[in-house]
Amino acid sequence: MSRSTHTAAPQGEAAPRPVLDVDNLKVTFATDSGDVFAVKDVSFTVAPGEIVAIVGESGSGKTVTAKTILGLLPETAQSSGAVVISGNDVISVSPHQLRQIRGRDVAMVFQEPSTALNPVYTVGWQIAEGLRAHRPEGKRVGRKEARGLAIDALRKVGIPEPEKRVDYYPHQFSGGQKQRVVIAAALALNPGLIVADEPTTALDVTVQAEILELLRDLRDQYGTSIVLITHNMGVVADLADRVVVMFQGDVVEEASSEVLFAAPREEYTQKLLAAVPHLGRNSASAGFTERAFQDKEVLVRATDLEIEYPGRLGSPAFRAVDKVSFTISAGEVFGLVGESGSGKTTIGRAIAGLNRTTGGSLQVLGYEMRDYKERTFRPYRKDIGFVFQDPAASFNPHLTIGECVAEPLLIHTDMPRPAVTKKVEELLESVQLPRAYAKRFPHELSGGQRQRASLARGLALKPKLLIADEPTSALDVSVQAKVLELFRDIQAELGFAALFISHDLAVVDILAEWVGVLLKGKMVEQGIGSQIMGDPQDIYTKRLLASLPVPNPAEQAERRAVHQALLAAK
Amino acid sequence: METKKSLFSRLPIVAQLKKSMGLQRGMLIAGIVMTGLFLLTAALAPLLSPYGPTQRFNETQAPPSSAHLWGTTAGGYDVFSRTIWGTQTAVLVIVVAVALSIFIGVILGLLSGYIGGWLDRILVVLADAIYAFPTLLLAMVMSIAISKGQSNLWSGIFSAAISITVVFIPQYFRVIRAETIRLKAEPFVESAIVVGASSVRIMARHIYKNATRTLPLIFTLNASEAILTLAGLGFLGFGIEPSSAAEWGYDLNHAQSDAASGIWWTGVFPGAAIVLTVLGLTLLGESMNDLNDPRLRGRKRAGKKNGRKKNKELVDA
Repeated sequence: MSRSTHTAAPQGEAAPRPVLDVDNLKVTFATDSGDVFAVKDVSFTVAPGEIVAIVGESGSGKTVTAKTILGLLPETAQSSGAVVISGNDVISVSPHQLRQIRGRDVAMVFQEPSTALNPVYTVGWQIAEGLRAHRPEGKRVGRKEARGLAIDALRKVGIPEPEKRVDYYPHQFSGGQKQRVVIAAALALNPGLIVADEPTTALDVTVQAEILELLRDLRDQYGTSIVLITHNMGVVADLADRVVVMFQGDVVEEASSEVLFAAPREEYTQKLLAAVPHLGRNSASAGFTERAFQDKEVLVRATDLEIEYPGRLGSPAFRAVDKVSFTISAGEVFGLVGESGSGKTTIGRAIAGLNRTTGGSLQVLGYEMRDYKERTFRPYRKDIGFVFQDPAASFNPHLTIGECVAEPLLIHTDMPRPAVTKKVEELLESVQLPRAYAKRFPHELSGGQRQRASLARGLALKPKLLIADEPTSALDVSVQAKVLELFRDIQAELGFAALFISHDLAVVDILAEWVGVLLKGKMVEQGIGSQIMGDPQDIYTKRLLASLPVPNPAEQAERRAVHQALLAAK
Repeated sequence: METKKSLFSRLPIVAQLKKSMGLQRGMLIAGIVMTGLFLLTAALAPLLSPYGPTQRFNETQAPPSSAHLWGTTAGGYDVFSRTIWGTQTAVLVIVVAVALSIFIGVILGLLSGYIGGWLDRILVVLADAIYAFPTLLLAMVMSIAISKGQSNLWSGIFSAAISITVVFIPQYFRVIRAETIRLKAEPFVESAIVVGASSVRIMARHIYKNATRTLPLIFTLNASEAILTLAGLGFLGFGIEPSSAAEWGYDLNHAQSDAASGIWWTGVFPGAAIVLTVLGLTLLGESMNDLNDPRLRGRKRAGKKNGRKKNKELVDA
């Protein structure tokens, strides 16, 4: 089925031979419920020195396409068509040839740098592994030589003191540095093509900006082509020259990134771009000059709140939250923003009684959490709703959606069964789910539907306070937009107070009137949402905002310059 | 009708049989057939066997003949009848032993895993201590303590079953405890805590069902181990007396001296019965284990013509 002769064909006038040529690629998986077509018909090419982004939501087949380029598909997959990398068709070559192509002609950067590195070997050893496997120029690479090459690779990706760091183990690097090491390993043999599968999804925005900068530098300096798989339109706008939009295994649209963002041709692309939250648009606190809801009852009051996690034997306790003070009034949406490890989730969990406080004071609905006892706090629980990050994991897989939503009603009220059933159906309708979904099991719902049901459960008892811990970060952008809109409508209607926790500044700005920014357990800045986003005072908030890529190539180029100026000033 | 059918196809063994193919399917079917034969023989023992399990004859060590299909032993028992009645004893011991140990093991595992603290520590140390003990030795000690030499059918079966139970409880305990600890950190359990559910409710409603999914597998594997332990006890003389019930281990023990003098029929048949039963149960358990794990399960190659082609989108990454 594959056509390996295809490569020799001349590519038009002066166009250089593409580094990667994907032609009529089809991938099918055998599953228990029959065949699944993951990739239906995909064709695109990547020229030398070009960055091509493949974007799409989950299930669009973008990751499967990326894996096919490296020949990493599982045994259950069947692929046809052609994936030609520098003259070799990856689909039809022997395993031996495939091994030679990997690393030499094409390398991969994975999503999660902490799992892509083997924790028991030094990073130098892991970078040199590719060299040893390929024996460039037919010679064995000596220990000294391999080490030298590994140091060079580390220097290329901007790791400070590479001579020393080459002997470090992965756990001695931060997340961003680990991703640099992964990129260094991919670069060791100078492949013409790097496939980066969501290279920044697991990283914080400020680190993401650095990694994107690095990838751009690599292209500019070494002419490496990059296939970038991502769902983040901001990243695409920042880095890509050309964009391939995929939807359910098909290429919907292919265009240069300026054209795509300025004038998307297909309806799907238009919808996708419209759903991406854009910083500074649609702010919940636009035009506010002072804090709303100040005259209302204070539901949560934290004063010099400290939360420590006990250390292991001998090591000191880890202070996740350090002297944080804030209040949440009735009816107010408080947005808590921060990167991973900033303590934002810890604060949310402490308010719900899932974490113990260790210092300062935290009053929730008048209950002092310092003297927390499950028995005495339980009556207060009916006034607190909680929406978890991962909608798939926050439902018991053995109970129906109806049973899950009914649980708070059964525990806190003595409504008769038929009344509970009726109430559950009303709740589901209020979050725009059909009544019949009460009888379905969680796995029969999509991610967005599950998160709606989760919201229905959180609101079942009409709580005064709702804690939403990254409720949309596990969802696709188009789904996220709908869930956010629903959240906003319901909040306006019911008027509950909410603590909205997120790492995404643009999302927080859409919902929260008052925003607090956390850095390493400290609240560095809090204020009216639109003011924080428009005119940040703290240097960290400025960096955070500047590093957030916006889905518009021209605007993003300007922002990038601002960000670099900010870094230089520091 | 529709729901009934789907419920039937979701039953343990049936569900796996549907998923299986190739060699895995062959192994599963072999296991099902052997285990089915074993259970059938046990149920129909009174019809199949010509004599009672404890009936003695004057002809001792008689070779196979028309009167005694597989011959007789030195004690004058009919080997064919003893082997067939032995299946019944084996089934009873398995059912009692595994039922008791699942019941206690699951409850202790749930409590220990969910509540944690000192209770957990004590139970884990206890389970480890029992685990570290040689299985058979422990079973022997228990059997002496329980039966004290008495040996009618039920006390014999119960003493064998309880001594096996003691050894099995730590296995169930550990599996359920590990699952409970994992599930305790799952968001759906936390969401139940946040809703205000009590600990008992969380354990019974949210953790129990999710933690016990692997039990059918351990059950089949432990059933074969129970037979071996029972046979071992009988072989060492701590099992069920021949005057109260038929038991393969005892028969094997007494066939030892026969083997040297060329009397093969007293040992071969009970021995083969043990081997086939254990093999059947192990095949069943192992192939169910493999089929339940999507990574170990074999599949037909995609793209070939194989009936249903569902155009379902794939969830990537």
